[in-house]
Amino acid sequence: MAEFAAEGRRPEILFWVGCAGSYDARAQKIMVAFAKILNEVGIEFAILGNEEGCTGDPARRAGNEFVFQMSALQNIEVLNGYEVQKIVAACPHCFNTLKNEYPALGGNYDVMHHTQLLQQLINEGRLKLQGGGAFEGKKITYHDSCYLGRGNDVYEAPRAVLEALDNELVEMKRSRTKGLCCGAGGAQMFKEEEDGSHRINVERVREVVDTGATILAANCPFCTIMMNDGLKAEEKEEEIMIYDLAELIVNNNQW
Amino acid sequence: MWDVRYMVMKQYDVSFLKKVSNLKSIISYLKRMIQSIIFILVAGAALGYAGFQFMKIRRNILLGKDEPTERDTAKAWQNVAFVAFGQKKMFKRWIPAILHLFIYVAFLATQIELIEIFIDGVFGVHRFFAPYLGVLYTGIISFIEILSVLAFVGTVIFLIRRNLLKVPRFHKIEMKGWPTLDGNLILFFEILLLIGIFSMNGADTVLQKLDPAHYPDTGNLAVSSWLGPALFGGLSEGTLVLIERFGWWLHIIMVFVFLNYLPKSKHLHILLAFPNTFYANQNEKAEVENMPEIMNEVKGMMGLVEMDESAMEAELPEFGANDVFTLSWQNILAAYTCTECGRCTSVCPANTTEKKLSPRKIMMDIRDRAEEIGQNLDSGNPEFIREDARGEGVTLTKENYDDGKSLFDYISREEIHACTTCMACVEACPVLISPLDPIVKLRRYEVLTESAGPSDWLPMYNSIENGASAWQIPDDRDKWAKEAIASNE
Ligand code: SF4
Ligand code: SF4
Repeated sequence: MAEFAAEGRRPEILFWVGCAGSYDARAQKIMVAFAKILNEVGIEFAILGNEEGCTGDPARRAGNEFVFQMSALQNIEVLNGYEVQKIVAACPHCFNTLKNEYPALGGNYDVMHHTQLLQQLINEGRLKLQGGGAFEGKKITYHDSCYLGRGNDVYEAPRAVLEALDNELVEMKRSRTKGLCCGAGGAQMFKEEEDGSHRINVERVREVVDTGATILAANCPFCTIMMNDGLKAEEKEEEIMIYDLAELIVNNNQW
Repeated sequence: MWDVRYMVMKQYDVSFLKKVSNLKSIISYLKRMIQSIIFILVAGAALGYAGFQFMKIRRNILLGKDEPTERDTAKAWQNVAFVAFGQKKMFKRWIPAILHLFIYVAFLATQIELIEIFIDGVFGVHRFFAPYLGVLYTGIISFIEILSVLAFVGTVIFLIRRNLLKVPRFHKIEMKGWPTLDGNLILFFEILLLIGIFSMNGADTVLQKLDPAHYPDTGNLAVSSWLGPALFGGLSEGTLVLIERFGWWLHIIMVFVFLNYLPKSKHLHILLAFPNTFYANQNEKAEVENMPEIMNEVKGMMGLVEMDESAMEAELPEFGANDVFTLSWQNILAAYTCTECGRCTSVCPANTTEKKLSPRKIMMDIRDRAEEIGQNLDSGNPEFIREDARGEGVTLTKENYDDGKSLFDYISREEIHACTTCMACVEACPVLISPLDPIVKLRRYEVLTESAGPSDWLPMYNSIENGASAWQIPDDRDKWAKEAIASNE
């Protein structure tokens, strides 16, 4: 972003990467895939790099409003400083916080989740999916993330993208409004689960297995990490592959 | 056909004076007067005590803080119309939704009938509306009869489902004791009410043939016109009169019992669902309520706004909630509205994997705690006055209340730590309750006011605060991008 600003230019959209995307090895791949798509369709975008900070979502949900406010207000300073208008986030937690919670703090932007942008690009014909791709006809199931689905009522955009990939979507027993959490939200990602019979990601992975799908599509880096762990715990990591929608598109088009 | 004028005269007994000489009519007049007086006394006592109990609930709800929230009034009414009145969210599951609808519509329809029962009871008349409404009357009472039968069928099926079928959500630990009895008691009420309605209407249909002067024609009632003769045909007029009176009194007494039982019961939702859906949060489910106090303080620290010196010097306020006093009154209203249906708990990922958390229990605990405080306040016992506020002539109020307990005596830390903030409970609730909202407030209290909470979270706070990332990793935030570009070249 700083480079654009130095040249006095403004990118079409700001790509908000988020902490998982920045630092987690698995999530980084999703970010690379999404950036590739943006490049391929010729969208001029920027990232904030070290000027981006955690949106504060986990701190806020853990109850630590101070830390949330500090991080959020700093981000808003940066975003307003660059006069950012459009943001696309490849994480539903970042998306939700930027879209729904920053306005009360003085940050008003037009925020999209990356699956929404992908659907839009497909609809506009800017993003063309090659036929006969690796996933055509394959059984695939889709995991609704809580913060995109229930939290913001986005259920169709990701499914529309999957449909465009021409594979056979099998829904899990609990999907859409009833979608089961992966277990990461509410800052659970950063602590051990409380005592119980089994982990939430394992519960969810069992449902994935029940569908008979070989591919699990996700829209959230945290879900991806959690479900990956769950697949390993259930020793299914060989049979079922988990991908973000952006990765599915990149693989399909062999970019 | 009935001579309407004659009927009205009969009902008001203006002809009474002409008949004073007749001993029989004096006795009959006295009987009716005594009935009227008893009715007025019973109704007065029942309504009065119910009103008294409802005022207490109102008081308990208002123990909570006033939380100013923006509300779109049109949307609020829409929620009342569709979710409370129209039961929209019940129809996620069709079978229970329809059975529940029978009970609910029967409840609404009975209110119409009550108008007549009150007029009859107070003025000592009989089926006041029958002669005026004619066919319409037959229709309304038949409608109520059919609904009563359907409601009964619904209740029986619900009871079987609750007690015999192993629906897990009805057998969680928070349902032990009163909540289960509460769910079952309604059947007995329902059965008694039904006996009341049908002995009243059944005996009446037979009496209409024997004594048309006193028992105005109701037309052919859907159930009683055949059930009445089948059960009571051939009985003496005296017995029939007794059965009819017995049914009438049983019916109205059951209504009074129910009204006074509501404040103790989960069935309170038939009333509170309306205000609760009106006051429900209208934001996107994933939006956590902002805390302007903290926002302004942080803005001050960052030099974004002038620091408010007076606020700085003031005693550090409490943040979040540890008791009903620090929750919002909407939270407490929600707790009193909770139907204890457990839809929230059955979809909760934490509960599904047998963590201690149950969102239903959170709501039930808030209600129990509010009840406890209410009872202590009623006792006026000075022991409940905060120690530093005690003194001569000081009386117990909600401002100086302190019983040494808090909501954390009901809800354990482990429960609130297990929540993934997934909003499944919020989505599932048929009366728009958010169990998540109080959970976040309890977490806020723990972290902000007590500086406690899971120690696992401390590194996360630190790294957000110092490194602007949820993980403590020294790399550049765009290292992945640089590497990707490098590997492409
Ligand atoms: S938000 Fe929390 S309490 Fe509600 S269903 Fe999810 S984990 Fe359970
Ligand atoms: S909070 Fe809602 S869903 Fe949960 S038990 Fe109460 S009424 Fe049912």
